[in-house]
Amino acid sequence: MAVSDVYLAAGTHVNAVATEADGAILANAWLLIALPLAGAVILLLGGRRTNGWGHWLATALPLAGFAWAALALVQLLGMEPAERSISVPVYTWFSVGGFDVAVDLLLDPLSISFVLLITGVGSLIHIYSVGYMEHDENRRRFFAYLNLFVAAMLVLVLADNFVLLFLGWEGVGLASYLLIGFWQHKPSAAVAAKKAFLVNRVGDIGLLIAIMLMFSTFGTVAFSGVFGAVEQGGQGTMTAIGLLLLLGACGKSAQLPLQSWLLDAMEGPTPVSALIHAATMVTAGVYLIVRSGPIFEAAPAAQLTVAIVGAVTLLAGAVIGCAKDDIKKALAGSTMSQIGYMTLAAGLGPVGYAAAIAHLITHGFFKAGLFLGAGSVMHGMNDEVDMRKYGALRTAMPITFATFGLGYLAIIGFPFLSGWWTKEGIIEAAFATEGLTGQLLGSAALLGAGLTAFYMTRMMVMTFFGEKRWDDGVRPHESPTSMTAPMIVLAVGSVFLGGILVFGYRFAAFLEPAIGAPEEPHAFSLAAMLTSGPSLAALGLMVVGAAAAWFMYGRAPVPREAPAGNVITVAARNELYGNAINEGLLMRPGQVLTKALVVIDTKVVDGLVNGVAASVRNSSEGLRTAQTGFARTYALTMLFGAAIVVATLAVRI
Amino acid sequence: MITETSSVPAAVLSAPTITEQAPHIDYWLLSPLLVVFGAAVLGVLFEALVPQARRRALQLGLALAATAAAFVLTVLQGGSIPAGEAGTTLALGSVAVDRVALFLQGTILVLAFISLLLIAENRRGESAFAAQAATVPGSEEERSHILAGSQHTEVYPLVLFAVLGMQLFTAANDFLTMFIALEVMSLPLYLLCGLARRRRLFSQEAAVKYFLLGAFSSAFFLFGIALVYGYAGSVNFARVSEAIDAGGASLFEDGSGEPLLLIGIALIGVGLLFKVGAVPFHNWKPDVYQGAPTPITALMASCTLVAAFGALLRVFYTAFGASVDQWRPMLWTVAILTMVLAAVVAVTQRDIKRLLAYSSVVHAGFMLTAVVAASPEGLAGAMFYLAAYGFTTIGAFAIVTLVRTHENGPEAGELAQWAGLGRTSPLLAGSLALFLLAFAGIPLTSGFIGKFAVFEAAMAAGATPLVVVGVLSSAVTAFFYVRIIVLMFFSEPAETGPTVIRAGGLTGSAIAVGVAATFLLGVFPSPVLDNLVPQPSEEAAEPAVATADGFTR
Repeated sequence: MAVSDVYLAAGTHVNAVATEADGAILANAWLLIALPLAGAVILLLGGRRTNGWGHWLATALPLAGFAWAALALVQLLGMEPAERSISVPVYTWFSVGGFDVAVDLLLDPLSISFVLLITGVGSLIHIYSVGYMEHDENRRRFFAYLNLFVAAMLVLVLADNFVLLFLGWEGVGLASYLLIGFWQHKPSAAVAAKKAFLVNRVGDIGLLIAIMLMFSTFGTVAFSGVFGAVEQGGQGTMTAIGLLLLLGACGKSAQLPLQSWLLDAMEGPTPVSALIHAATMVTAGVYLIVRSGPIFEAAPAAQLTVAIVGAVTLLAGAVIGCAKDDIKKALAGSTMSQIGYMTLAAGLGPVGYAAAIAHLITHGFFKAGLFLGAGSVMHGMNDEVDMRKYGALRTAMPITFATFGLGYLAIIGFPFLSGWWTKEGIIEAAFATEGLTGQLLGSAALLGAGLTAFYMTRMMVMTFFGEKRWDDGVRPHESPTSMTAPMIVLAVGSVFLGGILVFGYRFAAFLEPAIGAPEEPHAFSLAAMLTSGPSLAALGLMVVGAAAAWFMYGRAPVPREAPAGNVITVAARNELYGNAINEGLLMRPGQVLTKALVVIDTKVVDGLVNGVAASVRNSSEGLRTAQTGFARTYALTMLFGAAIVVATLAVRI
Repeated sequence: MITETSSVPAAVLSAPTITEQAPHIDYWLLSPLLVVFGAAVLGVLFEALVPQARRRALQLGLALAATAAAFVLTVLQGGSIPAGEAGTTLALGSVAVDRVALFLQGTILVLAFISLLLIAENRRGESAFAAQAATVPGSEEERSHILAGSQHTEVYPLVLFAVLGMQLFTAANDFLTMFIALEVMSLPLYLLCGLARRRRLFSQEAAVKYFLLGAFSSAFFLFGIALVYGYAGSVNFARVSEAIDAGGASLFEDGSGEPLLLIGIALIGVGLLFKVGAVPFHNWKPDVYQGAPTPITALMASCTLVAAFGALLRVFYTAFGASVDQWRPMLWTVAILTMVLAAVVAVTQRDIKRLLAYSSVVHAGFMLTAVVAASPEGLAGAMFYLAAYGFTTIGAFAIVTLVRTHENGPEAGELAQWAGLGRTSPLLAGSLALFLLAFAGIPLTSGFIGKFAVFEAAMAAGATPLVVVGVLSSAVTAFFYVRIIVLMFFSEPAETGPTVIRAGGLTGSAIAVGVAATFLLGVFPSPVLDNLVPQPSEEAAEPAVATADGFTR
C-alpha cells in the first residue's frame, strides 16, 4: 500500500539502543498506568457504593505504582548504563496490510525519574487529601480525578512516541481542568478552569502542529525515528518544530506568554495546586524540551528562544510573587519562576539538561511541601488565603511552621539544602555558556535568586511571624496527622534530596544515556561550588533579598489592607498586566479577526458549505420521493437496477 | 431445439449421476446446523403439545440453548480444521465447512442469541409482538386476546428456522443449496415482520412488501442460476469456477457461452444484492425495518446482513472468482450508488429506525468495497466489518425499544422526540452515542477498524476512487450521526419528551454486550483481526495451502 507505515514502535533511542524488556517488573510497566486508571474508573463508575473506601483505594494505587517503579529502578540500575533504555511493548492496536499501529512504552533513566516523582509525590498528596478533603461531599470524585491525572501524567512520560505523549498531554489537561473547576459552585473556579483550558489549547495546538510537521517530514512520530533523522530535517523545519514544541511547553508549564492561567488555577483545592500546578503537570513542558533535546540541538535558534523564555519567565514570576498577598498566588508566581529556571537550563543544551531535571525533582518536593503547608495554614484559618490576615502562626501550627520553614530554606537556596544544590547547577550551567548570552542568562538567574529570597521571606514572615492579624473567630490549630505526615516526608526530601542527587553528579551520570552528555564534562567539586564567583554572588543576593523582606515586613507592622503601593507593586499585583496583554495582543485582534472571519465565513465559506449542505439536503428530499411506499415502485426500481447491473456486465461482451 | 438434444454430448447429461447408494454425509460437521434445525422442529412440536402458560419459558430456553450449543459446536469445528487448510466440503460438495463459513456462522449465532434476548423481553406481559396476529387490527377479537394475555410463542421456532437458513446461506457451496437456504432464511422473516404489536397495519404492510419484493428478487436469483447452469453444466461453485476457466461447458468450446455467464452473474448478483440491501435494491429496507417489530429489525439488521454478505462473498470469490474482471465494474457501480445515494437520503430522515435502515444500506456499500477488492485482505476486512457492525447495530436497536413516547406507549421513532435524552438518561444516550460514533467510524470504536480494514483492502486492490467516494460518504453519514448526539446532549428536552422505560435484564444485557463489543473490537481488535487476515509468513512457508483466501473450493 502506498501510505507509508505509521511505525510508532521504538527501535533505537538517542544514545542507547532500546533493549527489549525482560523480567516481570519491566515487561509489565503498563501496570504503572493501569493501576491509577483502574482507580479512576472504579471510583467514577462505582458511584456512592465506593464512598466509604474509595479514597483509600485511590491512595493505595499510586503507592503501589511507586513501589513498582522503585523495583524497576533497581533493575535498571543493575544493567549496563548503555542498556538502560527499555522498550516495553504494550499492545498492537491493529495491523492491516502494511499498516501497523502499536503502543509501546519507553522506560529509561529520564522517564523512570519522572515516574518516581509522579507516583511518590502523588502518593503523599493523596494521603494528605484524605484529611484535607474529609468534609467535602464529593471527595470520591476528587480522588477519581486525582487518579485519572496520575494515569495521564504517566502516559505522558512513559510514551515512546509523540502521539502517545500527546494523548497523555491532553489527559493531564483534562484532569487539570476538572480539578481546577472542582468547586464548581464558585463562579471564579469555573472561570479559572475555563481559562486554563483555553490557554492550554493554544499551546496544545502548537504541539499538535509540531507532531504533524514531524510526521510529514520524517514519516514517523516515534522518538527514536524522529531523533535519529534530525539531520535530514533541514534548518528551517527543525526551527519551526522546535518553536512549536516550545509553544506547547509554554502552555503546559505556564511560561511567557502563556502564563496567565496558572495564577487563576489556584482556585482548585490546594492538594491539586501542589500536585498538578507545582510538582508534576506544569513541569511537563520541561520534560518535553529535554526529551526533544536532539530536535533543539539541530535548531539553535529555537534552543536560544527556550533559554530566553525561561529567563524572562523566571524574573516575571518572581516579581509577581513579590506582590501577591494571596499565599497560593504568591506560590504560583514562585512556581512560574522556578519552572523558568528549568526552562532556562533546558535551553542551554546538554550542559543544562541534567541540571533542569534535577531542579525539577527537588522543586517537586519543596514546592509540594510549601503548597501543602499553605493548605495546612488555610485549613486552620477557615480557608483564608490573604497573608495580611495571618501572622504569628508559628506557635499555633508548629509542625506546619517547621516543614514550611525547611521548604522555604530549600527554595531560597540556603547552602546544602536541596534547592541550593540544584539551583547552583543551573546558575553554573548558564555562566558556562559562551559569550554575552551566557552572562545575561546567568545574571538573570542570579537576580532571580535574590527575588526568590525576598518573596519567600516575605511570605514566611507575614504568615508565621509578626503580630496576629486574624479575623474574628478564627482559631488556628495544627492539622491532623494524615496531613502533617506527608508534609514531614516532603520536608525531609527538601533537605536531603538535592545533595543526594547532585553530589558527585550522580544523577547527571544516571540520566546521561537518555539525554546525552555535555561536550566538556567537568569533575564535581564541592569546593568550587562553594567558592566560585556566581555561587558567592547568589549567596550574597539571597542574604540581601531576605534581609530586605525582613526589614519591610518583619520590622514594620503589616497593614491588614494592602497599601496603594508604587508602580512596580501595582504592576506585579496585576500579574504584570499579563491578562491585559493577552487581551490586547491576542483577544482583541482575535476578536477582530473572528469578526472578519465571520463575515468571510458567512459570505464565502458558509456559502460554499451551506451550498453543499443544501444541495445534499435538496437531493435528499428529491430522492426521498422515490421512496413512495408502493411495492410496485420498488419493484420497478429493482428492475431498473437489474438493467444497470446487466448493462455493466454486458459491456464486457 | 428439442430435436437437437440428441446432439448434446452424453457426458454433459450424465454429469450428476444418480446412484442407488446413499451419499456419505459427515453428520458431525453438519451438527451446528442440525442442532438448530432439531430445536426448531422441536419448537413446533412444543407449540402443538405444551400448554400455553409454559410455552414461552420453554421455547425461549430451547432457542437460547440451541444457539449456544450450535455456537460451541461451530467453535469446536473451527478448532479442528488442520492448520494450513481452508476446510472441507460435505454432502456431495454442497456445503462448505471452512474458516470463513465457520466464522460467519459463529457470528450469526452470537448475534442471534442477543437478538433472542430482545425478542424475549416481556414487560408486564407485553412483548413486542402482536397478541394474536390473525385478528383484524382494532377489532373486538384483538382486544379480547390482548386482555387474555395471548402470546405468539411461534416466534421462537420461526427465528430458529431463519437462523438455520442464515447458517446454511453462508456455507452453501452450490447454487441450489444456496437458493434453498435463502428461502429457509427469508420465509420466517417475512412472517416475523408482520407481527408487530403496535401499528399493526403498518407492520403487515411491511411484511407483504418484503415478501413481494423478496419473491421478485428470488426469481432473478433463480433465473441467474439457470443461466449459469446452462453455461457451466453444474451448480457447484467449484465446477462453475473450473468451467469459467475452461471457457464454459464443452457445449461452448467456441466461446459463445459468455453472454449466458455474464447475464447469469448479473441476475444472481441482483438476488444477493437485494438481500444485502444495496442501492438500487434497497427500497424494502427502510419500510421493513420501520414496520417490523424492533427486535426482529435487530435480527435482520445484524444476522441477515452477515448471512447475505457471507453468501455474496462466497459466490463472487469462489464461483465467479475467475471472472473477477467481468463483474468488478458492476460492483463498483453498485458500491458507489449505494454509498452516495443512501448517505444522501439518510440526511433528511426523521425516524430513528428509518435512519438506521439507511445507515445499514450505507454500511453495505462500504463492505462492497471489500468485495470489489477480491483479495484475502478484502475478505478479512469484510468479515471483521460484519461482526463489528452486527454487535453495534443490535445495541442501537435495543436502545430504540426502550425509548417510548410515554410509559407503556409505543416506541418514540420521531428523532425530534429524542431531544435532551442525554440529560434525562445519560447512560442510555451515552451508549447510543458510542454506537453512533462506531457507525461513523471514529477511532477507538470497532467501526473505525472495520472501515480501515475494508478501505485499506480496496486501496491495495487499486480501487482508490472507490475509497475516496467511501470516505466522502462517511463524512456525510458522520454528519447525521453526530446530529443525533448533539440533539440528545445539547438540546433542551422537548415538552413531550420521550420516556425511557427501565431496561429489563434481557434488553440491558443486549445493550451491554453491544457496548462491550463495540469498544473492545475498537481497542483490542488484534485477536480477531489477526486470525482473519492471512499471515504472510505462513503463506510463504507453506505455499501449498488450500486457497489463499481461506475459502474451500
